[in-house]
Amino acid sequence: MTLRADLAKIAELVPAGVRVLDVGCGDGELMAELRDAKGVDARGMEIDAAEVEKAVARGLSVVQGDANRDLADYPDQAFDVAILSQTLQTAERPDWLLEQLLRVGKVAFVSFPNFAYWRMRLSLLWTGRMPNSRHLPANWYETANIHHTTIFDFLELAGERGIRVEGSWFFAAGREIGGANANWRAEHAVFQLSR
Amino acid sequence: MATLSDLTLNRLALSAPLPLDSGRDLPGVELAYETYGELAADKSNAILLFHALTMDQFVASENPLTGKPGWWQASVGPGKVIDTDRFFVICANVIGGCMGSTGPSSIGPEGKPWGMEFPVITIRDMVRAQVAMLDQLGIGRLHAVVGGSMGGMQALSFAANYPDRAGRVLAIATTARHSAQNIAFHEVGRQAIMADPEWQGGAYYEGGKGPEKGLSVARMAAHITYLSEAGLTEKFGRRLQDRDSKTFGFDADFQIESYLRYQGLSFTNRFDANSYLYITRAMDYFDLAEEHGGMLADAFRQSDARFCLISFDTDWLYTTSDMREVVHALNAVAAPVSFVELSAPFGHDSFLLDVPALDRVMKGFLE
Repeated sequence: MTLRADLAKIAELVPAGVRVLDVGCGDGELMAELRDAKGVDARGMEIDAAEVEKAVARGLSVVQGDANRDLADYPDQAFDVAILSQTLQTAERPDWLLEQLLRVGKVAFVSFPNFAYWRMRLSLLWTGRMPNSRHLPANWYETANIHHTTIFDFLELAGERGIRVEGSWFFAAGREIGGANANWRAEHAVFQLSR
Repeated sequence: MATLSDLTLNRLALSAPLPLDSGRDLPGVELAYETYGELAADKSNAILLFHALTMDQFVASENPLTGKPGWWQASVGPGKVIDTDRFFVICANVIGGCMGSTGPSSIGPEGKPWGMEFPVITIRDMVRAQVAMLDQLGIGRLHAVVGGSMGGMQALSFAANYPDRAGRVLAIATTARHSAQNIAFHEVGRQAIMADPEWQGGAYYEGGKGPEKGLSVARMAAHITYLSEAGLTEKFGRRLQDRDSKTFGFDADFQIESYLRYQGLSFTNRFDANSYLYITRAMDYFDLAEEHGGMLADAFRQSDARFCLISFDTDWLYTTSDMREVVHALNAVAAPVSFVELSAPFGHDSFLLDVPALDRVMKGFLE
């Protein structure tokens, strides 16, 4: 099994044996990896019943729910690590979701596509239309990604809310890249956050 | 149709009187039960199935009373979702029932049927009786407990009261507490039974045909709650029964009327009216939080089981939000819980019908 680059990075960073909540866990690919490779006690939340079904069939504990609301039902600091991968940009209120992540988890890993990636900029500049890409294939009117953000915007929000950025990792074309000029060069970013 | 007394049933007599939540002890308790599959040498593969209000122990084999297939025969059997090639499945008729376990129609200490002298029982009493049965069968920890509707209440009650006796808890289309609306529908049914002169204060076993009309109406009212409005509309709409126009009378003009009358009547052939009173009462009394100091989460604090809860989007009897309350309670005590709301058109009855996604989730969870 090959995990997407940002998931592989998160899987590498999560310490062994901890309690993890994966918000928007899909079919539980990352959870299964964390459980099998690191003995992690993983729980998931996923909105799509068909994905929950697949995760349950993997022997994982996943609750069908909408992170925009149901995350509020988890107790404070119930998890060592809360993960939000490629879901922030779909949230109704990404700022609320971040606050919730850091309420239920002592540490959060958040990954998202960087809308300031140079190909996006170029696409917008040359075509004058909302960019479509390999990772963001849907049309603007039907996309689940209703809150696109950039690395700069994300860092600014974290700063305003007093969220500590403990680490950051950047990816382009499926490979990790250095942090220099990441807001131009990175297609995806992973942040490790805490309070 | 056969009558109960014609049947040879597997029965187990509890070795001690059963203590009840009411404070009374129930002496001479017998449980009628069926098993499917083989118990492994290390006894690790047993699954206890709990049946719903009007079901019985005949899960996966022909019901000898009705001649119909077992109520979950599509899902339980060799190679099926609950695979009896792998698992040893046990299902017992609940106490208070009328398929061979001790209930109001059983002979009581006075040498005649208990009738309304039978003590009021609870869901926890039903579970306690079945745990006593497991003890006598020498089965310690179960692979899983599984149940839908009232069976799901028993599964949750089992998890709360015997937290180390099952590795997995699968509860489908159920609730941790009967709502005012749930109680209201049951009360309509009970009043219909008790308003029938043939009920005779519950002492109808010696001669007389029993409150068939009342029980039939009770079943009709309850049956509506098991179906979805969309399902009823699709199946019956306003279509007329074997006629081209309305009769301007009170015959069963509409197909839905004819269907309900049939459901009501056929129910009286297989179910005891007093059992219906006692079992619906047990369900109405069910409030798992109340049993645990008002905090549902406390009910599950000691549990070491994995949980899987399933609701159906068209079930208005035990709704998704009822099940979410259980999920929240389990989350609050960090229990490993899965939950999914499945889409199915059949209302509450979906758990008994062909819903492929249900099969996939159950199989995935139990294996």
